[in-house]
Amino acid sequence: MKIGLFSQFNRVGAWVLLLFLVTPALIAIPVSLTPKRFLSMPQGELSLRHFQKLFTSEEWLSSFFQSGVIAVSTSVLATALGTICAIGLWRVSSRYSELVRAFLLLPLIIPQIISAMAFYRLWIPLGLLDSYAGLILAHTILAAPMVLITVSASLATFDPKLEQASKNLGASNWTTMRRVILPSIKPGVFAGAIFAFILSWDEIVVTLFISKFNVYTLPRRMWNGIRENTDPTVAAAAVVLIAITFISFMLFAILSRRNASNSAS
Amino acid sequence: MHALRKHIHPGWLIIAPLLVLVIALYLGPILNILWLSVTDPEPGFGNYAKLGESDALIRILWTTVRICIITTLFSVTLGYSIAYAMVHCHQRQKNYMLTLLLVSFWISILVRTFSWLMLLGRNGLVNVALEDIGLIAEPIAFMRNELGVLIGMIHYMIPYAVLPLLVSMQSIDQRVMNASRNLGATGAQTFWRIYLPLTTPGVVASTLLVFILSLGFYVTPAVLGGGKVLMVAEYISVQLLVTLKWGTAAMLAACMLFGVLAMLWIMSRFMKLSTVFGGAAR
Repeated sequence: MKIGLFSQFNRVGAWVLLLFLVTPALIAIPVSLTPKRFLSMPQGELSLRHFQKLFTSEEWLSSFFQSGVIAVSTSVLATALGTICAIGLWRVSSRYSELVRAFLLLPLIIPQIISAMAFYRLWIPLGLLDSYAGLILAHTILAAPMVLITVSASLATFDPKLEQASKNLGASNWTTMRRVILPSIKPGVFAGAIFAFILSWDEIVVTLFISKFNVYTLPRRMWNGIRENTDPTVAAAAVVLIAITFISFMLFAILSRRNASNSAS
Repeated sequence: MHALRKHIHPGWLIIAPLLVLVIALYLGPILNILWLSVTDPEPGFGNYAKLGESDALIRILWTTVRICIITTLFSVTLGYSIAYAMVHCHQRQKNYMLTLLLVSFWISILVRTFSWLMLLGRNGLVNVALEDIGLIAEPIAFMRNELGVLIGMIHYMIPYAVLPLLVSMQSIDQRVMNASRNLGATGAQTFWRIYLPLTTPGVVASTLLVFILSLGFYVTPAVLGGGKVLMVAEYISVQLLVTLKWGTAAMLAACMLFGVLAMLWIMSRFMKLSTVFGGAAR
């Protein structure tokens, strides 16, 4: 079919839209380089003083550290729980297991403000407010569905006969899991781990409700900076976050390319 | 023990940890909130009656619904255009487009909100640029009003709108369109009478997904609305953290929750839900 004028026009429009999606975020880069003490576009000279402040300020550094600890713990916990759960659901695959799967995906779609309310409500009597454990647990529940999705996608292409073959050859359940199933679904597990990390690293709504002084994550500090809307250190932090996004995107792209070539061969 | 084994698949053993965690720490408090909505401050449907009495509440609900509808309309229309272009171009170009889409998907919501703050403010880049080229004499108020909230929300939602549409467009048999053209239909006729109806499931899924996500949106309205545009999510947080009125907040959360579940149910009629979520992961 010949490409019509309309399609041509639409394609140009789509490119413009896609650039509209990505470019606004880049404004943080010039703003972070301003030599002034307030948020502004640099005129003429550039300065790295706000990056210097970001990386020497005790507050910002502790926020980076806390967010890192919470995101890594969330990623590990959510990946472990999500992966074994996905394998279980894949093994059972009955009407009930599909219901359970739908139920377990709910934290992903229920509005975050409701999740925040729920955790806030329960964390008060449990004494988990404003603690690492509280944040990690909450983030794990929100992130596990991501892992469930990516691992289930990998399992969908895994041949169940391999599992039977392994058992017929005398391997125990545990050995089969470790030596046969896990290696074949590795790309899904890694993708899930990255997704879980990003979710926790970037989470603000639930964090606003269940943290206060002790635990002050990076999104929380950025949120404060954005609301005060004066200190350009926020722009420097935004640039660092954009850089991290690009790096994890590269990782993810490499992994999924490897995944694709694996399933092709 | 053996009898139990026979009836219960051993796979449930490894499903259990996550399931128990989610039931105890997530479903439990949500049910508790639903319960609160009819018991706090006193038993009965007093909280729900406020929906009919309080003008402030009605205004907030109306603002929320209006903003969500406009956001959804724009996101799905623009998303349709992007998805259509992606499906109908060469693989190489498509990969570039997908990369841009996913990068925007991944950039932190806080970074994006911050950027809009820099761009749309009274002395923001957009106003300065427009003044410099002489298009406007006075800065346009983009922020602290619905316009700013809409720009921020549509920008955030477009990628979510595209993914279900992509899934649905990719499954269409291109030969149907060729047949239509061979039978003498014009390009426009083929699009309106064949292509668009075939993508209806995708459009429905994308509409509901964006609507659901917009409904509970907190960050962008709170920052770009600057307190002037009060939506349900922000109102709930004020009720909980400032005025400590659990009852009203719980009632609003319950309404939102039932709305979302109803929409999910409709959505599941049109599309396998996992493909909507899986779209980003594959």
